[in-house]
Amino acid sequence: MLLEVKNLHAGIDGKAILKGLNLQINKGEVHAIMGPNGSGKSTLAKVIAGHPSYEVMEGEIIYEGKNLFDLEPDERAREGVFLAFQYPVEVPGVSNSQFLRLAYNEKMKHLGQEELDPLEFNDYLKEKAKVVEMDSSFFKRSVNEGFSGGEKKRNEILQMAVLEPKLAVLDETDSGLDIDALRIVAAGINKLRDSEKAIILVTHYQRLLNYIEPDFVHVLANGKIVKEGGKELALELEEKGYDWVKAAAK
Amino acid sequence: MTEGLVKETIYGNFFKETLSNIQPEWLKDLREKSFAVFTAKGFPTLKDEDWKYTNLAQLVREQFTIRKNENIDAKKISQLFSETENENRVVFANGIFNAELTNISDLPEGARVLNLGEAVEDETFGVTVREHLGKFVNAETNGFTALNTAFLNEGVFIFIAKNTRVETPIHIAFVADGEAASFPRVLVVAERGSEVTLIESYLRTGEAKYFTNSIIEIVLADDAKLKHTRVQRESHAAFHVTTTAASLNRASVYDSTNITLGARLSRHDINVKFNAEGAEAFVDGLYLVSEEQHADTHSVIDHAVPNCVSHQNYKGIVDEKARAVFNGKVFVRENASGTDAQQSNKNLLLSNDARVDTKPQLEIFNDDVKCAHGATVGQLEEEELFYLLSRGLNEDLARNLLTYGFAEEIINKIEIESIKKQLDEAVLNRLHANLEA
Ligand SMILES: Nc1ncnc2c1ncn2[C@@H]1O[C@H](COP(=O)(O)OP(=O)(O)O)[C@@H](O)[C@H]1O
Ligand SMILES: [Mg+2]
Repeated sequence: MLLEVKNLHAGIDGKAILKGLNLQINKGEVHAIMGPNGSGKSTLAKVIAGHPSYEVMEGEIIYEGKNLFDLEPDERAREGVFLAFQYPVEVPGVSNSQFLRLAYNEKMKHLGQEELDPLEFNDYLKEKAKVVEMDSSFFKRSVNEGFSGGEKKRNEILQMAVLEPKLAVLDETDSGLDIDALRIVAAGINKLRDSEKAIILVTHYQRLLNYIEPDFVHVLANGKIVKEGGKELALELEEKGYDWVKAAAK
Repeated sequence: MTEGLVKETIYGNFFKETLSNIQPEWLKDLREKSFAVFTAKGFPTLKDEDWKYTNLAQLVREQFTIRKNENIDAKKISQLFSETENENRVVFANGIFNAELTNISDLPEGARVLNLGEAVEDETFGVTVREHLGKFVNAETNGFTALNTAFLNEGVFIFIAKNTRVETPIHIAFVADGEAASFPRVLVVAERGSEVTLIESYLRTGEAKYFTNSIIEIVLADDAKLKHTRVQRESHAAFHVTTTAASLNRASVYDSTNITLGARLSRHDINVKFNAEGAEAFVDGLYLVSEEQHADTHSVIDHAVPNCVSHQNYKGIVDEKARAVFNGKVFVRENASGTDAQQSNKNLLLSNDARVDTKPQLEIFNDDVKCAHGATVGQLEEEELFYLLSRGLNEDLARNLLTYGFAEEIINKIEIESIKKQLDEAVLNRLHANLEA
């Protein structure tokens, strides 16, 4: 098993948001986590990535046999955990390519593999940018600064392509995308899907799942998984809305 | 020891020694007057409004030898410069012109770079020097200006003739090699329609305690353009007090970038005055200090005439127990309608002990103007930091990269590769990574 979340209770400022969440993910699988606004989807994503504002009150997460909470956020990343942010952060004055090369080389160093110099990395980056049909004019620009909502999301997937994580948590990567951008981003994610990697797709809408077929769908409400099933569950949610799961959660 | 006694010993003695053989007479008068001012006023104290955050007690106590130039290590000095950079280089060691290290072979016909001491007596240029020297700084109210002027001898006179475009930058480097005090002076006269890039750098061969007190005066005639990059990398034990004064005539452009990295205590006064319409000035800077460094920038941008544009963007990075002071006055005089003045000072504090005192001041006496100013003091953004960590950058690297990002706007203004590279390294000092991309 790649990731096992056991009875996770976590929250912010002493307030519990996740209240006993369980999840098991194997290599090669794609899991969709759906749920109404405020149900705790981003909280789960941030806790996996190690955001310092969130506190874990109970439970554990085992990643590749290790206690994830023993690792700092940057160590988790170098060990192959990746979070595509719901709201990607702008980093003024730091170019996309500088940033990506540093991140890539940190990971390579960690794995004892060869780092790339700027020229080599540029070739690598160009290849990866094709995954999300991203123009090389974005490389020199400051990270996410002045990017449109859709461009920011694409940039997240570019980062995922560059860093080749084992576990990618994509937090509402579909929101704010028009239909063309959605198709491109979804195709990019599908290209990155393989038997060695697992993906958690956090989404509010079923729309994304038309393009990326999940192996499992989990419905989160009020900090707990209240329903689980295959991809057909997403369609059911689309049809019935979230009210019935919310009711179930109470 | 009292201030008076110091003057009697080091400055007074030096003054007596050097004054005897000074020509021409007007210069001798100017120097005598200035020394009298210095004797009367001494160094500023915390009671002076413009010096209230900068304590000079340590400087006042020091017994420097002045313009000591024996045993200069020319080889060591030459290693401070990039071998590949194409520039006209004028080198001063401990405040004294060094012919061996100077090379100004790449100047067009209309550009002249002379030793100031010779220029004052020059048949052609003596008159020009006299017309401008000391006209843009005030030796009557500022003790440091008075002191520099009292010892006026070593320095550079740069003259760019009408419509001359100087392709290769002129780099004036003041290198400290030992413990001396030095008082260099630079006068730049750019005639109508001329263009030149000036690099002014302060470097050191070691971590000695010394004192640099320099003045750079710049006159831009109509339509002249001057790009001025100043890089202060004095030793972290040194005292550094400089004034830059630029006087801008019709439609001239002065673009200055001021980098402060060195010195135990530094003070930079930069004064820009608009004398005729249509001129534009960029007065930008970056101070990056740590340990117990103290960096003080005071600027005055004087819109004395209508329709001029000034942009000021100063950024500060203050770490450990360092302290920075920024005081930026922008005057828009009564008749200066059509003025566009933008001023910004942003500071990044990297430690709890670091401190910044910033005071941007707009004084506007005309309604028909476009002016804005602002100052901030903040820390690294936690969300930005987490974003970088979440991509696998370790915490030091992430912090340094964000710090670099903060300064990037100013660093990237610098077009001289060797300086930009030094600066990249200075800002990213703990970042063991190559940032080229
Ligand atoms: N930084 C925060 N401070 C306080 N409350 C928060 C914070 N982040 C999230 N919450 C609260 O936690 C709950 C779950 O939020 P979140 O995990 O973002 O939900 P989702 O991603 O499912 O919409 C919400 O009630 C939200 O208001
Ligand atoms: Mg969310």
